[in-house]
Amino acid sequence: MSDLLLEIKDVTKVFRIGGVLLGTEFLAVDHVSLSLDRQKPSILSIVGESGSGKTTLARIILKLHEPTSGDVLLEGKSVFGSHPDLDTLAYYRAVQPIFQNPFETFSMRKHVDSYLYDTALNLKIARDRKEARDIIAEALSSVGLDINGVAGKYPNQFSGGELQRISVARGLIPRPKLIVADEPVSMIDASLRMNIINMFLSLKDEYNVSFIYITHDLSTAYYVSDYVAIMYRGNVVEYGSSDRILTNPIHPYTELLLNSVPTGGKKWARDLKPPDIELKGYQNTACKFANRCPFVQPVCRLNKPPLVQIPGEREVLCFKPVDYELGPTTLRQDPEAETGSAGEVKLCANNRPAGGEDESLF
Amino acid sequence: MLKLRDVKAYYETPRAVVKAVDGVTLDVRENEILGIAGESGCGKSTLLRALYDSLEPPLKIVGGKVEAEMKDDNGQTVTLGPGEIRKHWWTFISYIPQGSMSVLNPVVRIEKQFFDAISRKHRLTNKREIRERIGSYLKELQLPVEVLNSYPHQLSGGMRQRVLVALGTFLHPQIVLADEPTTALDVVIQKGILLMLAQVQERMKNSLVIVSHDIGVHYQITHRIAIMYNGKIVEIGPTEPVFAKPLHPYTEMLIQSLPHVGDHKHREGIVGRPPSLIDPPPGCRFAARCPFVMDICREEMPSLLEVEADHFVACYLHREPFRARKGVG
Amino acid sequence: MVKLNGRLKAASVLLLLFIIVGVIMPRFAPYDPRSWNTVPRNLQPSQAHLLGTTSLGQDTFWLLTFAVQNSLFVGVVVAFFATAVGVLAGLIGGFVGGWIDRVLTLLMDVFISVPSLPILILVASLLQGKTSLLTISLVLIVFNWPWPARQVRSIALSMREREFINTARFSGAGTLSIIVREIFPYVLTWSLANFVNTVLVAIATESGLAVIGLSSVQQATLGTMIYWGLQYQALLAHRWWWIGTPVIAVVLLFVALFLASTGFADFSAERRGRQRA
Repeated sequence: MSDLLLEIKDVTKVFRIGGVLLGTEFLAVDHVSLSLDRQKPSILSIVGESGSGKTTLARIILKLHEPTSGDVLLEGKSVFGSHPDLDTLAYYRAVQPIFQNPFETFSMRKHVDSYLYDTALNLKIARDRKEARDIIAEALSSVGLDINGVAGKYPNQFSGGELQRISVARGLIPRPKLIVADEPVSMIDASLRMNIINMFLSLKDEYNVSFIYITHDLSTAYYVSDYVAIMYRGNVVEYGSSDRILTNPIHPYTELLLNSVPTGGKKWARDLKPPDIELKGYQNTACKFANRCPFVQPVCRLNKPPLVQIPGEREVLCFKPVDYELGPTTLRQDPEAETGSAGEVKLCANNRPAGGEDESLF
Repeated sequence: MLKLRDVKAYYETPRAVVKAVDGVTLDVRENEILGIAGESGCGKSTLLRALYDSLEPPLKIVGGKVEAEMKDDNGQTVTLGPGEIRKHWWTFISYIPQGSMSVLNPVVRIEKQFFDAISRKHRLTNKREIRERIGSYLKELQLPVEVLNSYPHQLSGGMRQRVLVALGTFLHPQIVLADEPTTALDVVIQKGILLMLAQVQERMKNSLVIVSHDIGVHYQITHRIAIMYNGKIVEIGPTEPVFAKPLHPYTEMLIQSLPHVGDHKHREGIVGRPPSLIDPPPGCRFAARCPFVMDICREEMPSLLEVEADHFVACYLHREPFRARKGVG
Repeated sequence: MVKLNGRLKAASVLLLLFIIVGVIMPRFAPYDPRSWNTVPRNLQPSQAHLLGTTSLGQDTFWLLTFAVQNSLFVGVVVAFFATAVGVLAGLIGGFVGGWIDRVLTLLMDVFISVPSLPILILVASLLQGKTSLLTISLVLIVFNWPWPARQVRSIALSMREREFINTARFSGAGTLSIIVREIFPYVLTWSLANFVNTVLVAIATESGLAVIGLSSVQQATLGTMIYWGLQYQALLAHRWWWIGTPVIAVVLLFVALFLASTGFADFSAERRGRQRA
């Protein structure tokens, strides 16, 4: 058995917009590899802005999209291969979603608890309605709700926060190993978000479940996650433990994100720098961030940036940490290392792992 | 510049009366950025509409006074009331709404939308002159001039919002109202727009009112901030003191509930829900959720009192004889 | 009890009347009104013959009851099957997609673009007078299922991407269960509206055919009554009761169905508005 709970192996997703003849291709996810460890439940945040591909990636993990290439492995078993080793029900027992809009998560014309009962019965968690009721009551109480307050009601009788809790409760019924939360609190008032976020933390330990938390909000990502992957236009540009990445960013985009978050701590400099204007094209032959990068060099516009491994479980997709040089022989220490701990930086050219090495990251 | 005195604006529908703004006293001063913060449903958007004199049934002002002081072309100060303020939309007071796509006409190019908004006001019939003026203004705001030839859907959300800011400020109004100008935009673009708004205000020295539920936004660019809860203002004062030492328990909990990068302090969201706007309780609206609630809070609504320099709060904790109870904020 | 708006109330009253006339009353007919020369010809309305008699020696009133019955029968049968087939095809095509959808859409497009009237005339002339109401109904079903199908298909298509469909999937629901329990409730109101419309279209088409003699002239429908009236110069001979009865009946029936259709549309829109609150 693999010691990885989830492995996203070199997943790429290309969307075709327009017809077969005249349409264009849109590269939403570009060779992304990530993984989650099996031993301890953890929370991985995938942070990015619109167009980063984070939602597409989430939907691939949830089997709502098929990758154009690459695979997802759940506990070593292939999800998308030609003969997938996992049948759908087994997959739903292991992986459950939380969607962004709590009011769209349930049909307005059905009782909310009908979804809870369906989950318990269809996924064979309970044998009959009576047993299902007990399981549902337990799931609801672990999100702070009472089954009597939920039974027989329609979604419009609840607030967004309550519906989101019910959504979590439904996901917990099959005792999944992984919950994929796609911007679960963006549609909830800022002052109420921590209720849900804290709930994720306690559920992680209580139910022994890992979370993938998709968000554009760095602050909650920092608060809740163990690991963070920053995505930009389909690539993971930086990955590592959330503490290190967000307090000591290496990739210029990560730095830009951190500086743009309006917090109650530091005030922004009121410089007159022109705002970043995005280009329409999504180039794929060089660094996609080159046009906006304050540290850009000519090599960035001509070659794809390398995936630089940095000691301490960290990766950056950038030329900067390797002094803008091509080639696989450069060794460096951790550019942001606080002490002089000797570390070796393995350089993987062109965004792909060298040779036949096992490319699973951590 | 804009004075609100105990303004009550209710939605009067056959089934119920929604008291969205229930007794608000507020000043919008010259040369300032005022923020109005609060969770969704607290009435801040309605308050903005009352400021903008954009009230249509079933929304109406049922009490209080709304007064604007406008400097006319001769430099004289004219006092305007509801019904009159709206005659000076775009020139004296303008409104930048949220949801840029629903505000711009999707089948009309941006340039024409500028024309439509402007020509009526300024009676400038020389199209070339208008185009030049718009072009140079866009350049001032660092917007590409190509924007004028585009349709709204050809622009990104961030660009559209910037266009709306340009549209709303082009005629140099004395008051600019922005309703959640950055919600649903990426954080990098959000910063760009907020800085743009701040720069425009700094240059024109007019008044900018920003409504947002995101406290961080207020911290970054407002000079003064008003915290709204359930139809009433509970605290108002200069931004930094309010953040450094929030006086109202709600303000404190609001600020507390937001995590920051670099800070692993445990945060709690506010528990419970605000009371209904249809049938609000007597006394302080926050009483049910307040950790410092006292009997008097439930009986009688506290009024806004100046507790520190220009810093007002509506809470009994800051009045004798209750001051000692809270301790250090 | 639900509150019905004015149109639905009026429609209900009229339709009830038609049901009484068309479904209940025929049982009481003292003789087969279709047979010729059962009664004296061309009589004016009297107590014995409430609407007079025809030039063929039939009692107009009892003939009317049979005609209404048959017209309603055609309408309801065609509407039922066309709607059933159409909704099923639309749900499957829209939600499942793929080649099934392409085949079904092709069929829908074919039967919509081919005009039904020439085909019906062709069928009628091929059958050389042996056309029965059943044959006509069958052809009408074939030509009318695409309309509800297209509408339902676009609804199913738009609903495919909605998040609660994904929630249903993750709750272990299969495709059939999703179609029936998640999508169908949204489609129900449209299906009912389509049903009422199809009744109207079916009766109208059949009546139209009948007036030009292409329906089953042996069986009595509102259209054939008019046909026979025209054949026997009822207009020229001022036999108003004979020719007028079916005409007014047809008009009233269409008005009733129209009121039912629009009244229901108003009703469901209002309900949806309230539900959204």
